[in-house]
Amino acid sequence: MSIKSLSPGRGVSTRDRAERRLAVRMTAPSLILMALVAAVPIGYAVWLSLNQYSVRTAGLSRFVGLENYTTALASPDWWAAFGQTFLFAGLSVSLELVLGTAMALLLNLAFKGRALLRTVVLLPYAIITVVSAITWQTMFQPNLGLVTNVLSALGLPGGDVVWLGEHGYAMAVIVLADVWKTTPFAALIILAGLQVIPAETYEAAELDGAGKWQTFLHITLPLLRPAIVLAAIFRTMDALRVFDLPFVLTRGANGTESMSMLAYTQLRENRLVGEGSALSILTFLTVMVVSVIYIRFAGGNIRDVAKEEQ
Amino acid sequence: MSTLTTQRPTTADPATRRRAPKRRLRGEAKLHPLAWVFVVAVMGFSLIPFYWLVNTSLKKGASLSKGELFPGEPSFGNYLAVFQNAEFLVALRNSVIIAVVTTTVALVFASCAAYALARLKMRRKAMILTLILSVTTFPAIAIAAPMFSIWREIGLYDTLLGLIIPKLTFALPLAIYMLTSFFKEIPRELEESAYMDGASPFTAFRKVILPLAVPGLATAAILVFISVWNEFLLAVTLTTSPEARPVPVAIAFFSGTSEFDQPLGTISAASVIITVPLVILVLLCQKRIVSGMTAGAVKG
Repeated sequence: MSIKSLSPGRGVSTRDRAERRLAVRMTAPSLILMALVAAVPIGYAVWLSLNQYSVRTAGLSRFVGLENYTTALASPDWWAAFGQTFLFAGLSVSLELVLGTAMALLLNLAFKGRALLRTVVLLPYAIITVVSAITWQTMFQPNLGLVTNVLSALGLPGGDVVWLGEHGYAMAVIVLADVWKTTPFAALIILAGLQVIPAETYEAAELDGAGKWQTFLHITLPLLRPAIVLAAIFRTMDALRVFDLPFVLTRGANGTESMSMLAYTQLRENRLVGEGSALSILTFLTVMVVSVIYIRFAGGNIRDVAKEEQ
Repeated sequence: MSTLTTQRPTTADPATRRRAPKRRLRGEAKLHPLAWVFVVAVMGFSLIPFYWLVNTSLKKGASLSKGELFPGEPSFGNYLAVFQNAEFLVALRNSVIIAVVTTTVALVFASCAAYALARLKMRRKAMILTLILSVTTFPAIAIAAPMFSIWREIGLYDTLLGLIIPKLTFALPLAIYMLTSFFKEIPRELEESAYMDGASPFTAFRKVILPLAVPGLATAAILVFISVWNEFLLAVTLTTSPEARPVPVAIAFFSGTSEFDQPLGTISAASVIITVPLVILVLLCQKRIVSGMTAGAVKG
């Protein structure tokens, strides 16, 4: 931390003051815009969630306090969506981290074909999520799909299953579609972390006679932890908001409805503005609580960043 | 020891920056045979689904219900059907307008804010950055639900403007976050010498820093564009007619109403059509995209 930043206010030069004024003027437009497009809507959602709106008469509403929340929290639908969302997030994020770490280790080696591998790995990132869903639908389509056909040819179970028609199978397709599209992201974050580990660290380990596996377990992995945690945070926040994949693949059928989907259904399809808003606020709170837990327990380094910025 | 911060080594262009201490390239390492198996598996996992999508898009009629590895008689009928579909073309136009306008507005606002946050003396910087970052974790449904009500009352429901505004909620913090870390990489000496020449901080920003930040701005533009193009929840909640729908929603509703009666050939063709430009973009701008995705992730 520099000495200058320790003494704000007193003895500040005119240029310092001009700079601070400019900083405020340059950030104000963005902050005002963000207040308008983020804070105002969320505030309004809270208000909507405290009211009940007539489905028949437009504009007719009454204040009901927390009733929409108690209804939602007492409904099995919410808890089913809650459970499914966490199941999806747990499965997809763990697969993405393991696979992403393996890909990153591979991409960090100098071998013939590394550039090609990096390009190929990045490709699914170019795909929009809706298309990723459709791609995996074609893979698992009964009769038409590659996976279903290969499974039947090998006489393995799953060949004659309507994958999107049964809960466990449908969830597997949704998880696969997510892993396919977003593992590159996890891999690249972890690769960036891998590239700043000094080569000397490995040389020292080599001198001490550590094996490859030991080096990975006791040196690489601990040093990689910040990058893995960061990837985990980004991916988890995204996975808890999942919407596109189940929307396209199952429309939420067969117990694959996520929290965001449930709120959407109540709001758009059932026209229950109050209850839909309460569900979206509950989704919002769930995601916030998880991110706070992450940063509190796993993200020591992220708090360091905040300190460093001051 | 590496810590996660929003700082990175100093070079103006994040895309061309030398990679931090790379492990020595002692020629080419010999991969363990098992590693090669993994390489092949990863490539297959990434590419085979693409192939299957293209394969499906070239099938028509009866072959659409058979899992042949190659389309027996490849037919471009599905592609023709997509291009003759007026709704799809309108959706394509909508997507371009929405993505271009949102990206431009976000970048103009964000470049100013990011410069101040990266370089100028300012109070509560950490708090502001944390606040901005936390918005990126908002679930879109929490914005979509109230917007749905507000827009229906003031007439912005089912319009392009009504989509651009809430998409800014997520585009703006993403742009600020990336640009802040890019601006930090530009050497400070450049501004110092501009100050010496009597330039004000804002002039230094406009005349010296901004031109140097063009590669960083391009990177941010690409990533914001992709994320806006990809966004689905706001788009599906806030539109109802084909006139206002962007591509992802149009494709999702191509699927028909029942999950057993879908024109999967046409949907696949439409998917291929909108994926090809993005694949080309990723191939051309690979380095930029990687640097943008990992912006601020790691400090050397």
